[in-house]
Amino acid sequence: MTHDARPVTQRRRWRALVAGVALSALAVFPAAARVFDPETFTLKNGMQVVVVNNPRAPVVSHMVWYKVGSADEEPGKSGLAHYLEHLMFKGTAKMKPSEFSRTVARNGGRDNAFTAYDYTAYFENIARDRLELVMGMEADRMVNLRLTDDIVLPERKVIQEERRQRTENEPASRLYEQLYSLLFVHHPYGTPIIGWMHEIEKLTTQDALDFYKRHYAPNNAILVVAGDITAAELKPLAEKTYGKIKPSKDIPARVRVTEPPTEGARRITLTDDQVRQPNWMRIWKAPSYSAGEKQYASALEVLESILADGATSRLYKSLVVEQKIAAGVNLSYNPNALDLGTLSISATPAPGQDVAAVEKALDAELAKLLSGGVTDAEVASAKVRLRRDAVFARDSLQGPAYAFGVALTTGQTVADVEAWPDRIAAVTREQVEQAAKLVLGQDNHVTGILLPAATPAPVQAAAPAAPPAAPAAPAKGGTK
Amino acid sequence: MDAMKMIRRTGLLLLAAFALTFTSLPAAAVDIEKVVSPGGIEAWLVRDTKNPIIAMQFAFAGGTERDPDGKLGLAIMTASTMDEGAGDLDSQAFQGKLDENSIQLSFSAGRDGFVGQLTTLRETKDTAFDLMRLALTKPRFDTEAVERIRGQLQTSLRRSQADPNYWAQMAFGETLFPGHPYGRPQRGTAQTLAAITRDDLVNFARTRLAREGLKVAVSGDITGEELAPLLDSLFGALPAKAELTPVANITAAAPGKTILVPRPIPQTVMILAHAGMDRSDPDWYAATILNYSLGGGGFSSRLMDEVREKRGLTYGIGSSLQSFDHANLVTVSGSTVNDKAAEAISVTKQIWGDVAKNGITEAELRDAQTYLTGSFPLQFTNNGAIAGLLLQVQRDNLGIDYLNKRNDLLNAVTLADVKRVAARLLDPARLTTILVGQPTGITPDGTLYKP
Repeated sequence: MTHDARPVTQRRRWRALVAGVALSALAVFPAAARVFDPETFTLKNGMQVVVVNNPRAPVVSHMVWYKVGSADEEPGKSGLAHYLEHLMFKGTAKMKPSEFSRTVARNGGRDNAFTAYDYTAYFENIARDRLELVMGMEADRMVNLRLTDDIVLPERKVIQEERRQRTENEPASRLYEQLYSLLFVHHPYGTPIIGWMHEIEKLTTQDALDFYKRHYAPNNAILVVAGDITAAELKPLAEKTYGKIKPSKDIPARVRVTEPPTEGARRITLTDDQVRQPNWMRIWKAPSYSAGEKQYASALEVLESILADGATSRLYKSLVVEQKIAAGVNLSYNPNALDLGTLSISATPAPGQDVAAVEKALDAELAKLLSGGVTDAEVASAKVRLRRDAVFARDSLQGPAYAFGVALTTGQTVADVEAWPDRIAAVTREQVEQAAKLVLGQDNHVTGILLPAATPAPVQAAAPAAPPAAPAAPAKGGTK
Repeated sequence: MDAMKMIRRTGLLLLAAFALTFTSLPAAAVDIEKVVSPGGIEAWLVRDTKNPIIAMQFAFAGGTERDPDGKLGLAIMTASTMDEGAGDLDSQAFQGKLDENSIQLSFSAGRDGFVGQLTTLRETKDTAFDLMRLALTKPRFDTEAVERIRGQLQTSLRRSQADPNYWAQMAFGETLFPGHPYGRPQRGTAQTLAAITRDDLVNFARTRLAREGLKVAVSGDITGEELAPLLDSLFGALPAKAELTPVANITAAAPGKTILVPRPIPQTVMILAHAGMDRSDPDWYAATILNYSLGGGGFSSRLMDEVREKRGLTYGIGSSLQSFDHANLVTVSGSTVNDKAAEAISVTKQIWGDVAKNGITEAELRDAQTYLTGSFPLQFTNNGAIAGLLLQVQRDNLGIDYLNKRNDLLNAVTLADVKRVAARLLDPARLTTILVGQPTGITPDGTLYKP
């Protein structure tokens, strides 16, 4: 269990969740059916509340999302949003350090928190009759956090260990971090969410307190509760807890520096003794739901599905099944960002192939897409798949809560989430083709190549051994 | 006194009240229907119509531990190729039908079992079950698919080799289960994956997937009446009995030894382990509570509190009880910067010794019981999770009433029970330590997989 989120993997997972969420299923529900049918209200102090009823079990997922993330940090203070997220578990006047999570657990709940570029969120999954308890605790730490050096400094070491574990011990993660810093040359999305080590080690208690006072307030937060609860039941509890907190008059506007035009293809090759399997990746800037040519966001989701959703998708079929150049290929479009989104493709060369062959084959496939477009049948089939996913998204306690939290902290509205199926349904073949040109037609992408060291150290022939801990999942490459 | 302080006080009182009065949540009764087909195949069903979704999971006995020595990875390769075409449908045709109907079908193999999973909308269920039956009974194993999957498994294996956790697991198996099937790499090696033939896959599907020992779990929008005949059509054509080579039981070896996998990385990955307890042991519930207090309970555990919260030595450390068909373990895993590895291990062993001698406190017992019982309903929030839980209960032979009596079993555990189990189970001197990295201040008894 961790008090944080891994930016990279987490962002990916959420994108999938939200995409999964954002669907209605015209095939299944009448056209008027919405995705989650949430209820919403706003407290007098400005705190927005979203309730998603799901009575499958007598439990709720209670989440508080703050409209602040690592991209809102000042230069030189990278990692501060995430550091504060850890420190939020360190106590208030009435809650001793480490008592928060213990209290949640003692009441049969699970709690955690995570930080991303655009948001920081805290949650407790717990029996519905314990909801008022966690709301009181979460409201308390929204404004009453107490931090002292003896508590704060050991936690900074924990975060340094977290960075070593997630990033420095893992060559692929190090490459990913470098690629983002090269893609976004000026915007803070180029700075890792966890922070650079040389800045993490200088973060102070005062830094954390200043950041907390500036950004943590009910009118900069969103409460999302999903599960066995209705708005009528939740509202009095919300008024008793969060409703008593005074709003802040000084919430800073979320104005980040904007990217200058960038030009030219850029490339990083990282070689590492630990690496045995070469890998290839390319990232483009793309519109998000909230920034850039955002009218193309839905078309890009359809494009993503055509290119890389399943074993019969274009890229897998061409590179893996037919040409046998790649063992696997992935494409991921992330539209959930306050500023620009990204589209990335990664591929692993098949045995006997190399990254140059993979790159050439992908370039050819993308060129074919840009000149020849997509077919009506591909668009229709992708739209059906996407809309069906909405039904699956409803079968989850926390998924819907994530979807609304991400949407509302990245410039979207509740209505936007609910209208997702309509937007997908309205996408045309022409829009998909225009969107493809808009993003994949850019030449200012970054390419990352992960390679074994020139003369890879031979590993002593492995005497049989194995991990009793984890049953191995069948490790298929690709997006199948 | 302003309003804020009032809230604080009220909140505080509330917390105190909960701490004193809360013993356990009302158990959310789980209504499981035992469905038996005309042909005698049994499935457990939790019916729910809130979403038009059906999730099915099933398991055959025997998994990766049965792979022949020269063909390690066979069970996983078979699982990965079973959905690559069946009957008249080649791989692309088969996968195309899954994709266009939004059906998720997959197979996997692990220790002690071979598992299938199916998730479908109710409106596509007939197609979904048809495809599943085809995959189970008429998998094609076309050369194109076999070679493609082999390549994927080989590249995936090589990719894992950049991860220190891969080497930790390799060293762990070799050290604790030397010469035993559990000690071998279940994903195979480059050589063993290369040695697997199409005939091996065909033979595996023909001889290992059988009705005896089959467990089936279903959750979602389907009735028992609909499911019963379906079970025969899905599984009825399989042979009655599987051909399973015997596997011996083994006790974790190398007690007290420290094995190093040297790697030039900034952080040392560590696993500590010794023998544990069988799932069928009457003391299992006391051991579960012990493990929660020791290291299974996240931020409510002693390991996390001492190693992370107080000393800042790690991002995460935890323990777990693991019971397999032929061995059992209690393990600790975590990671720390190289020059703190010795301290982290020393603190872990101190905690181990202290709990072995003194057990846990009354408060820890109560906290473990309220968490383990109170959090149970969190596992019943979606069809896939419910099917998974029903399958696990069957595989552990716990009985169809288990879910409704589990909380009572946990609440019946006394402090004396935990103390007795701690004394029996925990021994710091027997912990085997596996390290990957370049830890300072530690002299290993041996090294493995030198670069």
